[in-house]
Formats: sequence, C-alpha cells, structure tokens
Amino acid sequence: MPDPAIEFRDVSFARPGRPRVLDNFSLAVGSGDVLALVGRSGAGKSTLLKLINRLLEPDAGAVVVEGRDTRMWEPIRLRRRVGYVLQEVGLFPHMSIGGNVALVPQLERWPAERTAARVHELLELVGLPPDQFAARWPDELSGGQRQRVGVARALAADPPILLMDEPFGALDPLTRAELHREFRRIQARVRKTVIIVTHDMGEAFALGDRVGVLEDGRLIALDTPSAVAASADGRVRQLLDALPAMPRVS
Amino acid sequence: MSRLFSFWLTHRAELATLVAQHVVLVAASTAIAVLVGVPLGVFASKRPRLAAPAMAIAGIVQTIPSLAMFGFLLPAPFVGGVGARAALVVLILYGLLPIVRTTIAGMRGIDPAIREAGVAMGMTPRELLRLVELPLALPSILAGVRVAAVVGVGSATIAAAIGAGGLGEYIYRGLSMVDTTVILAGAIPAAALAVLVDTALLGVERQLSARRRTRRFGRLFAATAASLAAVALLSSAVAARRGGGAVVVGSKNFTEQLVLGELLAQTIERQTRLTVDRRLNLGGTLICDRALLGGDIDVYVEYTGTALTAIFHQPVSTDAASVFDTVRSLYARSGRTLLPPLGFNNTFAILVRGADARARRLRTIEEAARDSTRWRAGFGYEFVERPDGFAGLVKTYGLRFPGPPRVMDLTLSYRALASGQVDIIAGDATAGLIKGLDLVQLEDNRHYFPPYDAAAVARAETLLRYPDVRAALERLSGRISAADMRAMNYAADVEHRDLAAIARDFLATF
Repeated sequence: MPDPAIEFRDVSFARPGRPRVLDNFSLAVGSGDVLALVGRSGAGKSTLLKLINRLLEPDAGAVVVEGRDTRMWEPIRLRRRVGYVLQEVGLFPHMSIGGNVALVPQLERWPAERTAARVHELLELVGLPPDQFAARWPDELSGGQRQRVGVARALAADPPILLMDEPFGALDPLTRAELHREFRRIQARVRKTVIIVTHDMGEAFALGDRVGVLEDGRLIALDTPSAVAASADGRVRQLLDALPAMPRVS
Repeated sequence: MSRLFSFWLTHRAELATLVAQHVVLVAASTAIAVLVGVPLGVFASKRPRLAAPAMAIAGIVQTIPSLAMFGFLLPAPFVGGVGARAALVVLILYGLLPIVRTTIAGMRGIDPAIREAGVAMGMTPRELLRLVELPLALPSILAGVRVAAVVGVGSATIAAAIGAGGLGEYIYRGLSMVDTTVILAGAIPAAALAVLVDTALLGVERQLSARRRTRRFGRLFAATAASLAAVALLSSAVAARRGGGAVVVGSKNFTEQLVLGELLAQTIERQTRLTVDRRLNLGGTLICDRALLGGDIDVYVEYTGTALTAIFHQPVSTDAASVFDTVRSLYARSGRTLLPPLGFNNTFAILVRGADARARRLRTIEEAARDSTRWRAGFGYEFVERPDGFAGLVKTYGLRFPGPPRVMDLTLSYRALASGQVDIIAGDATAGLIKGLDLVQLEDNRHYFPPYDAAAVARAETLLRYPDVRAALERLSGRISAADMRAMNYAADVEHRDLAAIARDFLATF
C-alpha cells in the first residue's frame, strides 16, 4: 500500500476515570478509500474520529495524517483539511444554507466570487438546487436535506479527508437508502479518503470499500464487505444477526 | 392635570434638557455596562469557577440601594463626588449584573454539538466566538441589556440627588416643594421613557431572535458598537463639562436652599463676567460639604450651627458670634472661606398648629412640654440624628411623647402637621409654609438650639482666583432678613412662583 492517508499506530486512549476506549489500536486507511467502521454504541467510534482531527490526542501511540503525527499539525490547519459530517446537528441555526456551506472557504479567505461559485457547485452536487435552497434556513429543511447540506459543507474547501459520524443515523430507511446512493455517486466524482462510523452493519456494507468491526477498543474484523459478511467470528456474527431487515441496495 | 401641562409648557426648554440628560445618562451607562459586561460574561462562562463568585458579587452590588451607593461613592477619588460622573459609575454598576448574567446564560445555552462542529471545522477560538457563540447568545444578551436599560431609567432619577441632572430633578424639586404637579412632571416622562426603552429593545430582540436577520449580525454589531461608543463619548463630554471660567454654585435639597442658590448664582452673574453652573438640589449637608471639599462645587450657603455640629462634630454652643468664629477657622483649615452671615438665623423651629396654640395659649416650648404626652411628634431624618436635634431637645425640656417620633421627610412634616397626622414638628424658622399653613413657632425659651446663621461658604482657591466673586457674594452679607427669607420661601412653596424670578425680584430691591 502507498503511504496511507490516515494511520493509527498502537493508539491507546481513555477518558479520565473510564475504561479504555482504544487499546493498542492500529489501522491504516489508503488515500481515496472508504472505510466503514461498525460498532455498538459506546464502542469508541466517535472518539476514533476526534483523534484524527485532533479534537482529542492519544494517551499512547500516534495518529498520523498525511504522513505527519497529528500532534505536529497546527490544529486549525489540520481541521481545515479534514471535512467532518456529524449526525443530525452541526448546521449553524443562525446561518442560511448557503452561509453554512460557505463557512470554511470564508475562514480560508477565499475571494467572494470563488466562494459563491463553490457553494453553487456543491449544492448542485448534493442535489439541492441552489436557487431554491441557498437562501433558506436549516430548520426549514427535512432531515435528509440537512444531511446533504452537512456533506456539502464538509466538502466545501475541498479537503482530502472526510470523516462522517453516523451521518445518516436519524433518517427513515427510504431517505437513507437514497442518500447511500447519492454518497457513492458523489464519492465516485470527488475521490476523498473517507472514514464513516456507524452502528448499522447494513449501512457499513452499503458504503464501505472496506468494513471494520470495532469491539472493546480493538478491530475484530477488517475486510471487504463480502468477506466480513462471511466471517465465522462469533462476535461479528452477533452484529450481523442484529441487522434489521432493510432493503439492500447493491 | 391642566396644571401639569402648563408646567411642562412653561418649562419646556428645561424639560427637554432634563430628558436629554436622562437619556444620555442611561444610554452611556448601559453602553459602558455592555462593553464591560459582555466580555466579562463571556470570560466567566468559560471558567465555571469564576462565574459563581462573579455572579455573587454582582448580585450583592445590585441589592445596595442606589442612594446608599451614591453615599459610598461620595468620598471616593476620581469615580466619586457629585455630578454626572459619579452617577454614571453607579448606573454602570447596576447595569452590569443583568448583562453579565444573561451573557453567561446565553453562552451556556449553546448546544455543545454546535460548538464542537465549529471547532471541528477549524475555527479559531476567536472565530468561534464571533461567528457562532456571540450570534447564538445574542438574544439572551439583549434581554439583559433591556433589563439594564429599564432599571437604568429608574435609577437615573436618583442621580438628581447628587446633581447629575435628569428627570429626577423635578421629582426631588417637587418633593422639597411638596408639589405633586412638579413630582409628576418628572415621574411621568421617566415612566414613559422606561416603557419606550423597554418596547424598543424588545422589538430589536424579536427581530434578532427571528434569526432571519442574523446574517447581518456583523454589520448590525458594528453599527451598534459604533453608536454606543458615540453616545459614551458624548456623555463623557457632558460629564466633564465643567469647563474653564465657570463658577459652580451648589445648594441642598429644600426650597430655601434652592432660592439661596439662585440668589448666589444671579449675584455672581450680575457682578462678574463669569458664567455660573448651577448644581442645585444636592442631597443634603454632607453631600454639599463633600462636593465643596472635592471641588465639584465652588460655593453654597451653609448654616453656622449645622457646620459646627454636623460637619465639624464640635459640641453645641449657643453664642452666635463664637460659633461663627469657630466655624470660620475650621473651614479655613480645610481651604474654605466662610463669608459674613447673610442676615437671618434659620434655627430649628418647634411648630404646632395655630389652632392648637391659640386654644391652649401656648407661646413657648416649655409650655407645650407640660402636657407633652398628648403631642404626637413627627421629625425629619436629620433632626432625629443630629446632636443638636431630637435627643437634646427632649432632655432640655423634659419632653415625654406618647411614642417614638414619626420619622419623615422634612418638607412632608409640615403637611403632616397641618393635616393633623402629627401634632408637633421641628421645621425651619424661615419656612414659608409656616405662614402658608397657619402654623405657630414655639419660642425656644431655654435657648437649646444653637444659632443657624446662614452664610455662604466658598472654596478659598476660587475666591483667590476670582476676587470679583468674593466682592459679589459679600454684597449679600447682612441683606437678607428672616422676614425676607420667609417671604421668598412663601412665594416658592405656597405661591409656586419660579425660583429664578423670586431671586431676580429680590435682587432688584437692592
């Protein structure tokens, strides 16, 4: 594998007074890959993402982004190279849709025309016609529309890396399936390095080039979706059995 | 009602000035409270350990009655004294609490996930504050600003007690003249102003929390900050308005003092080329004394007995000449000059209703003391506290009142006596109301009360710099008899004549 875009090297992390979330955890994600990490609630999935954009720092080991330890990155620069999509929230309620998407380019002091063109392009990309949506407000949109805006905002300054924390978790199954299709269409065009965390095995299979299964701070499986689906590991099977009967979209 | 309107009509220029002073006081103090309180609240919201003590201190400040706060500040250097500056300080202190509190509440009310989204997007702490935290906390902060401004409109009426102007002028003037019309002339616009401020700021608040407009937050914020700064600048200019070449005349807060203040002011204006700044209606003896000592005023009229006991804490004496000499030398030690007496002695007057005096054939306090168990007494605050006041009077004449005296505002006590709510009061010998309300002064036949000869006291520095002022003031020496004073007080208190006109007419007789 060429230099991975993101690498965890023997990372341990615990919140004070709580059991370890990550324990000697190692993982490498190649540039342009989509890794879907599955785990139960509280398995440390969000923590893992926050270690990548240095919202958190490891107790031991190192998290390396684009060949450089996150602790060597200037945190503001690092975060502007890493798009971040959160579950449900995260859109600023006091800014219009266009304003939300334009935020990082504005922080990066892009010229106004370039920012406007970028907002237009991205809203088109995520399937929200700019004429209709740019001037509207987050609370006027449906959950699915808001998630599209969240993706557009994360992609705004064209970061090479995209982190997605349960991005489609709160949506109804049909909308979710639609957004899964959209995601793959967009990813085919933008080719980002993506880590998606989810508690839903079905979503992981639908989105990931590779699927990792996280339990007790360790990876108990990491392989292609079909290989993970065929796993004989009892803990993996348990997660597979818990899958709701949802329409598979592949 | 028609009296009220005609009062406003005849005083419209003054009314406009007072409203302007009031607005400037409130706007400036609120503006400064915002400039200090919002950063303080933001800072405290990020440090929970600091927030609790900060709120506690602000809460304690809020509970200090504003008049007491002015009292604390009187002797303080720079921020204290009398005038708009001290009033601003007090109003700012009052405005801080609601603003700090709502800023903290607004900052804490922000969804942590929103804040985290900002950080994850690579916002610096400053960008996060400017783009996310402040806009989201703004409706809450504005609610605090509104409370501060409305409370400020009310508190600013108290500021008149220390000569800061504003609509409180009329309220205090009305109280000292026992004239409801004048009280209402100040109270009604003040109340209207409070309602107006409340409504206007509520409107702004609604606009902003409708959140459609917050995209313009930056511009709006800049505009608000700029106008607040402009107002603050303007009012500090007003606060520092004591320019060169002006002599500041002060007075205490009752009718006679206001008339005397006018007399001093007009005399100086007639006899010299100097302009006069009137700081009339200051809270009381001690406020005038501090103001004179601190250079906030240049001259006011004091009474020798009051100076002896209340200011210099000397034992009571009954010899007029020796009291004058003692007081003059005590003043001289602190850089102040007592000019020759004006001519009348405003001693305390023990007053009863004329009807009672005639029915019981009373002439002296001693005669009244014989059946003092019948007399319900009502005294002013000052009389109850002063060493030459209530306690000594009781001892000298062996008075035995049926209960403790009702303590009330001095000028209200005349009305209380006339309307039969009390039976005996201690008033001023020169009070116009004595004539107006058919009251009788009982003779102090045991000479308990020390002499209270009225005399102008001025800063020695001012008299040295402007010899004309001394000459002008000395023209008044020995020229105002007790009858003159009573007549002028009567014209003001009972006939409701304009103070400046009363003083002008009197000076015309010279």
